[in-house]
Amino acid sequence: MRPLDDASVRAAEAAFKAYYFENLASIRAPPKSPQREFGYQRFNSGMVRHLRARDDKELRLLIMRSSPSDLYSSNGYYSFPDLPMSEKDLRGADLIFDIDAKDLALPCRPSHTALVCGECGLARMREGEGGGGGGGACPGCGSARHESVSLPCTACIDGAKKQVRLLVRLLGEDLGVPRESVAVYFSGNEGFHVHAAGTPYEPLGTKERGEIADYLMFKGAKADSYGFKRSSRPGRDDLPGHDEAGWRGRVARHVLGPKSARPKSAAAAAQAGYAAYQARLEEASQAIGVRLDRAVTADVHRIFRMPGSLSGKSGLAKAECADLDAFSPYADACLIDDEPVDVTSSAAPGVQFRLRGRRFGPYKHGEQATVPRYAAVYMICKRLARAAAPPPPPSDSPSPPPS
Amino acid sequence: MAVTVGDDEWAKYPFLAGSGEYLRDKGFTLEQFGSDPDLKVVVDRALERVMAAASGKVYRSGMEGGSRPGDIERQIEIFSFLLAVVLLRLSGMDTLVRRFALAESRRAEAHLERDLGGGGGGGGSRPPDASKTDLAVGLIGELFSIPVSRAGDGGGFAIPVADYLRHAVEFHEVEWKLVNRRVAGGLVRLTRHEVVRLVRSELGVYILSRVRSAPVPDMLPHFEAPVAELVAVAKGLEPAPPPQAGADAEPPPCIKHAMAVLERGENLPHSGRFMLATFFINRGWPIERIAPMFKGAPDYNERITMYQLRHLSGEGSSGGTRYSCPSCKKLRGQDLCFPVPACDGISSPMQFRGEAKGDAPA
Repeated sequence: MRPLDDASVRAAEAAFKAYYFENLASIRAPPKSPQREFGYQRFNSGMVRHLRARDDKELRLLIMRSSPSDLYSSNGYYSFPDLPMSEKDLRGADLIFDIDAKDLALPCRPSHTALVCGECGLARMREGEGGGGGGGACPGCGSARHESVSLPCTACIDGAKKQVRLLVRLLGEDLGVPRESVAVYFSGNEGFHVHAAGTPYEPLGTKERGEIADYLMFKGAKADSYGFKRSSRPGRDDLPGHDEAGWRGRVARHVLGPKSARPKSAAAAAQAGYAAYQARLEEASQAIGVRLDRAVTADVHRIFRMPGSLSGKSGLAKAECADLDAFSPYADACLIDDEPVDVTSSAAPGVQFRLRGRRFGPYKHGEQATVPRYAAVYMICKRLARAAAPPPPPSDSPSPPPS
Repeated sequence: MAVTVGDDEWAKYPFLAGSGEYLRDKGFTLEQFGSDPDLKVVVDRALERVMAAASGKVYRSGMEGGSRPGDIERQIEIFSFLLAVVLLRLSGMDTLVRRFALAESRRAEAHLERDLGGGGGGGGSRPPDASKTDLAVGLIGELFSIPVSRAGDGGGFAIPVADYLRHAVEFHEVEWKLVNRRVAGGLVRLTRHEVVRLVRSELGVYILSRVRSAPVPDMLPHFEAPVAELVAVAKGLEPAPPPQAGADAEPPPCIKHAMAVLERGENLPHSGRFMLATFFINRGWPIERIAPMFKGAPDYNERITMYQLRHLSGEGSSGGTRYSCPSCKKLRGQDLCFPVPACDGISSPMQFRGEAKGDAPA
């Protein structure tokens, strides 16, 4: 991501600090905190990790001292969380899942994606006004180098919520993880994080967790295990039944269609042959599997955005979704205050977004606007604006005394 | 142990903790077996048991047929195992210990599978004996910490997903992937054969550790000849020296690692054996030169090794196809890749051109 200018860093840091200061009492260290690794990033800086925060007090101290843009804690717990990775001695890890709207590849995506020029910083919509046809040269400086930035989209959030519901259902029905062990959070950008703690899966390593991810994604299914042997055509009862538990039942309902049509569709599947059935199982992965980030689930050494902390990518909070259906991330996770702040737009006309139910933009490139602080931070983090430079000192101000 | 074990079970699973007291409980001492001519038949049986294992076979007694053995036969079965351990410890031949552990674990697997299901075949030809099933389930729980339960409807067994994954994750066959199993409510459904397959490697390790931890007794007259015989057999089983590079290029590190595993007499997984065999076949080595490399494998059987090498080289009866050596990508996925700097840029072990002088291992 293109680095922020100094004034923008100062403005964003001040807003984050104010948020943490106002909400200090509600910043809670996660369970098993003394055994977890903590880490943070500051704006325009790299990751600092292998830190320890034994309780709420130490965590709050860490936050106030470090002014983080992003705050992380490990899903793993260790004997020595502050030592280098090879010496930490992993004792177990929560199961974690990352569902990101960008992985859903919904058709709306290009319509709410802005391109930020890597040279001059001009932001423009990928599609529509000032778009320039999806990733072409920057209309400001002609550079072809750009980064994609996604703006709020309720369709994407609804799509991600659907995946979360499916994930929580599979965790319960198939893997036996009770609902009360599962916590769902808005990720702070455009997806959800799901944590499952205190489950029998805690001791498992990377390979085993990768298998769990593959299971939930319905990845790697073989026709032979779903009733179609390579050597012979399936009989009437070989293919999965509609009322069976787990993936067999889901496969029957998805691949063979409604129960009433089963005799016909099963015969058609048998007729089409092994390869066709295998291909349908592979296609089914996209439709009936959970679209999650496998690498996150498989990683036992990851430090993961901490619940309650702000995201340096948006200024939105990683907020718990007690009621997923009712949760509206662009209002419920937009927790920075609404003090008026001046920003200078670096976006071309056409870039607009909604936060807390209010529309912001479009702004002309270089236009100075006064917006609530939460919107200013969002624009700065998304590289749609920079903090307005402080006014120059008055020309008749006295000269400093000679030393 | 918490599971109650009777004579029948001791005979099937003589490696269980507590079997050492069996001799004493039955009023025998090791000294009697080492000197009493009437008991020499049991020492002979023990030797037979180790020799079968040394040649890669599973020792078979009357117990495997399914007929109920008499008390004497059962006792001989248990005594012969205990004395086999004594002979092995006196011989000091670890090659034989590994082969013995592997053979005994295969034998125990067959008993476990029968006890779990009651019948002989995959589906079970006789109704299951609930007490035997409970005992087998108890043993698996106690030895390997896997809580096996009966699956209820449709038969079979169920184990928690987490326990399943801890074991099955090392299996490369696609049917062991969790997505290809029947999973519900946190449990994976398995047949009895699959339950036993799941614990196979741990069973071997457990028996090996039991044999290795047994004390080395004093030498007694009846043990001298069998022990000498075992030492001679073990020497004949030592693997062939590693092939000299000579005119051949230096093998890549994955191949060297596989050869070292076999030289140590450890078990190389099927995928590793496949890699080793196809590598040298494709370098043009005759299979007679490749076969001795596998002598160190605990389950080495010359006839089967030659058959498999012929098959891989395309000389087998199935006709014509010479198998290629797996790619580096595939080997990485099988945990068989141990790259060094000279491996940079190659995609198959066949492309390895040797390490430059002074290259440090990675």
